Amino acid sequence: MSAVWHALVHPWSQGIMQRALVESLLLSLSGAALGCWVVFYEASYSAESLPHAMFPGLVVAALTGLPLVLGGALGLLVAAVAVALVGRVPAIGRDTGVAVVVTALFGLGVLLALSPSSPPGVQGLLFGDILAITPGDLALAAGLAAAVTIALRLLHTRLLAVGFDRLSARSVGARPLVADLAVLVLLAVAVLIGVQALGNLLVVAVVVAPPAAARLHCRRMVPLMATAVGLAALAGLGGLYASYYLKTAAGASIAGVMVLTYLASLAVQAVRPAVTHERRTLPA
Amino acid sequence: MLDPRPVSHEALAHARGLAAGYGGPPVLTGVSFDVAPGARIAVLGPNGGGKTTLFRVLLGELQPTAGTVGVRARCATVPQTERTRLDFPVSALDVALMGTIPRLAWWRRPGRAERRDALEALGLVGLREQADTSFGELSGGQRQRVLVARALVQDTRLLLLDEPFSGMDSQSAERLMRLVDRLVADGRAVLVATHDLDQARAWDLVLCLNRRQIAFGPPDSTLTRPVLEATYGAAIVPLPDGGRGELAIVPPHHHDHDEEAR
Repeated sequence: MSAVWHALVHPWSQGIMQRALVESLLLSLSGAALGCWVVFYEASYSAESLPHAMFPGLVVAALTGLPLVLGGALGLLVAAVAVALVGRVPAIGRDTGVAVVVTALFGLGVLLALSPSSPPGVQGLLFGDILAITPGDLALAAGLAAAVTIALRLLHTRLLAVGFDRLSARSVGARPLVADLAVLVLLAVAVLIGVQALGNLLVVAVVVAPPAAARLHCRRMVPLMATAVGLAALAGLGGLYASYYLKTAAGASIAGVMVLTYLASLAVQAVRPAVTHERRTLPA
Repeated sequence: MLDPRPVSHEALAHARGLAAGYGGPPVLTGVSFDVAPGARIAVLGPNGGGKTTLFRVLLGELQPTAGTVGVRARCATVPQTERTRLDFPVSALDVALMGTIPRLAWWRRPGRAERRDALEALGLVGLREQADTSFGELSGGQRQRVLVARALVQDTRLLLLDEPFSGMDSQSAERLMRLVDRLVADGRAVLVATHDLDQARAWDLVLCLNRRQIAFGPPDSTLTRPVLEATYGAAIVPLPDGGRGELAIVPPHHHDHDEEAR
């Protein structure tokens, strides 16, 4: 018994691991709660694109010593302008335009990050480095997580009305444009928080996988968000244990466990379809 | 040329020579009518005929390109339920509560008073017991009534129902009709967009649209063969023998539905 207890507790005796755990909990709170809206607003493609589009900004910030948050924000601004401009070119569809801009920016960022003259830490932006989180990073992540949580609480009813039926939302006083902008801006904020820990390629896992898993089991938005946050927190914990004992990369382990959580949820749902069916046919 | 008829002081809404469109040529022209309290008005016409466009103008979502429109009462829409996502995680009560948004400051969430109003509205449409049921688990008729409850929570006196009877069994349709009768008895007015000619005959007034106003008046004097042919093109066939001379409309195709969905 004491050996198990020791194995469970031992990783958290180090400051590095403690900070990684707190960071992953903060990411779970903001990323997974917001992710529920991202999933229902069908904005997963945007969630995938945003971190890629801000990548050159992050790399330039890392190279010049600017705060990563500032670099990421500037990168997003450039990407937004580029998307708007390319969208005006006739004969390129909007989707194609976004794909071209995002891929070009991501390629540019990778080129900068992997150039022989770049310092080694810059590659970390691709995969993140949750074990290198400083107390200052944590404070920033906590502030941004609080902002996302408060915004989601304030906007809840309106986001619900728009997600429920976009076309009639205006008639009950909820504006779809405002709701879309809110989700995208909050997503950008969540990505900014997550990118330092999980990196550019993995940050989207916390936004999409836990909500997608929770959605299979919950029938109301608030329990869905709570479940998604809980699953994300557990996955973060599991990922850090895996990383500690199996010596795997921490960010990748967390992202991997999040995707496993989704697959496990699918499996659980597959073995109890009868329950769902019964509930569906109850009202005449 | 504007319609010179004066507007009754009582009218909840009126239109005079109304035209509307989406940037291109108008998709609806020459619409003139009054909506009195207690009126049940069927808006009849084919897909793309301008029913949804008219509703959007009344809701203030679309500005008329010509003519005038006046809406003196609070106006709410009951949208088609097919386009709502059945897997969206909301209960009937959650949906009814959405009707309280206009009266809440943007930082406020619905509280106890709002819940009470929403439950009362659900009671009015006969779904008090289903308040905690998922919207997607309700039947089509029940979903439609939840959306009526959402409109009632908005304290609306003018209700716009968009094709509420499509896909509904006759029992649900009858129930919805009884609900409409109760609403108009309280001095509300109800406009219903429909394809269904038989349904329209049961209402107080009919407004026939086919990219322009074809006719407006009581069904008996308005739903004549020339009016119906203008409303639905030539797709009118007399019913054989047992039909006692009644006309039937060949169901319109969905060719220009996009026009309205924009």
